[in-house]
Amino acid sequence: MIDTLRLTAEEATRLVREREISSAELYAAYREAIDARDPELHCYLHVCGDDGGEGVPLAVKDVIGTKGIPTTAGSKILEGYVPVYDATVVERCKANGLRVLGKTNTDEFAMGSSTENSAYGPTRNPWNTSRVPGGSGGGSAAAVAAGLAPWALGSDTGGSIKQPAALCGNVGLRPTYGTVSRYGVVAFASSLDQVGPVARTVRDCALLYSILAGCDPCDSTTVDLPQPVALPERTDLTGVRVGVPVEFTDHEAIEPGVRAAVQAAIELARGLGAEVGECSLPRSLDYGLPCYYLIAPAEASSNLARYDGVRYGYRTANATDRLDMYKRTRDEGFGDEPKRRVLVGTYALSAGYYDAYYGQAQKVRTVLIREHAEAFERFDVLLTPTSPTVAFELGAKTADPIAMYLNDLLTIPSCMAGLPGLNLPAGLSEGLPVGVQLIGPQFSENTLFRVGYALEQAIGFDVVPLPLRGGRPR
Amino acid sequence: MAIDREQILHVAHLARLELRDDELERLGMQLNDIIDAVSKVSELDLSDVPPTSHPLDVVNVWAADEPRPCLTVEEALANAPEREGDYFRVPPGGAT
Repeated sequence: MIDTLRLTAEEATRLVREREISSAELYAAYREAIDARDPELHCYLHVCGDDGGEGVPLAVKDVIGTKGIPTTAGSKILEGYVPVYDATVVERCKANGLRVLGKTNTDEFAMGSSTENSAYGPTRNPWNTSRVPGGSGGGSAAAVAAGLAPWALGSDTGGSIKQPAALCGNVGLRPTYGTVSRYGVVAFASSLDQVGPVARTVRDCALLYSILAGCDPCDSTTVDLPQPVALPERTDLTGVRVGVPVEFTDHEAIEPGVRAAVQAAIELARGLGAEVGECSLPRSLDYGLPCYYLIAPAEASSNLARYDGVRYGYRTANATDRLDMYKRTRDEGFGDEPKRRVLVGTYALSAGYYDAYYGQAQKVRTVLIREHAEAFERFDVLLTPTSPTVAFELGAKTADPIAMYLNDLLTIPSCMAGLPGLNLPAGLSEGLPVGVQLIGPQFSENTLFRVGYALEQAIGFDVVPLPLRGGRPR
Repeated sequence: MAIDREQILHVAHLARLELRDDELERLGMQLNDIIDAVSKVSELDLSDVPPTSHPLDVVNVWAADEPRPCLTVEEALANAPEREGDYFRVPPGGAT
């Protein structure tokens, strides 16, 4: 019997390669787990049938285009849309022996921190089904945590890989901007969007990243990695300089249980031989969030202009003329969050306000980049909490958009600076996972994997959600 | 600074959104709150700081001007809400 809750993707790859299990058996094991647990969790928006192909299954966030498989981005406006081509990341996965298992739930257009903005209903957290899985990639994170996929693709604009990974207790990487192609991915904020891996171990995460990364002629923002991905093996941190930004660990929004788990991880890093010191990123914390909530909506207002009811997706049934068709299609097709962001973005870009809002935010972005660069003169990696809180109750923040935005307080600044960030499960608080965020300079993924792996071994976090331990067939 | 109903209607028109009355009320209020919160960026004097539009130092990415395979007409029209022959069909008039 294949235990999908514990089988790593690395081990699954080996088992299939050495023909100890067949691709069909492996696929069937995940389908069985999905059939058993997904009616309650709702990680998937679409589950694929076994097409008889070979390889290890992979869940794909539904903002990533998949040829012949519905792709909705969690929005009614893309209901029924079936891409006629694969995103480059999907092509790369297929070329490396992976098979698409299904499409995972997401906040509409990846806008949100709880997956409650999905037009198709929320995903539930496998650690406690009255809690959210985080977002926007809650479907991918919850699927990996609940053994409904060995690993998954996510996308991250301001924390949509890292924050759900923290709330569901898995390893998620937001890669350095430009290292992974966005061709074929539903665009939200193009100067920020990145595709990345969600996995159960740091080595699985590194393995999937090595498949995804690389220059793509179809995405002119991509570059080749300066060095190949190295799967981490060392369990010590000798010579690694770890910086702890005081504002990110002392902030009043951080729950005591989160603070304690992060502090324990810091002590472990020291015990493994790391040189740990404090640093300061005051403006990143104070101005990162407002900067993001100008730039991301501004870019979204432009990217979402393509949903006009002409070429694909939903079109209103009762339009009097073409302009009316555009407006009603968008009103009926978009949910509240995309509408809010399109309105904010359009306002921030409109005549008379551009310099004060969008222009100023772009300058703040330079300040954030400089502040991080200064910290990396003294440190190889920064360690902070990923989310200020553990998973919260469904419905707790849906009425207050600004309270919801605060979930990404700690993940956003490094995203603005184009830096890679890794979430690593660090322990439990109130029976729910706490994540630490490791941030490095651009292209420092190998360092993040090394530090993440050493800490992962030392922490010994059990990634199987408490309610799913024992009593299940092994 | 409050954004009044007329301005919200103008922004909604620019964004091609036909907001219903209840949405206008709710989203309008939230737009005000959000703009108020993000206005914090104006506290900083950044007159000497250059803007960042792109986080990587990449310039002048050109592609060779060579034809490559592309979508067929059938593929391009596969998801069309309405088509007529080889064209997307849309309602007449009213457009800007």
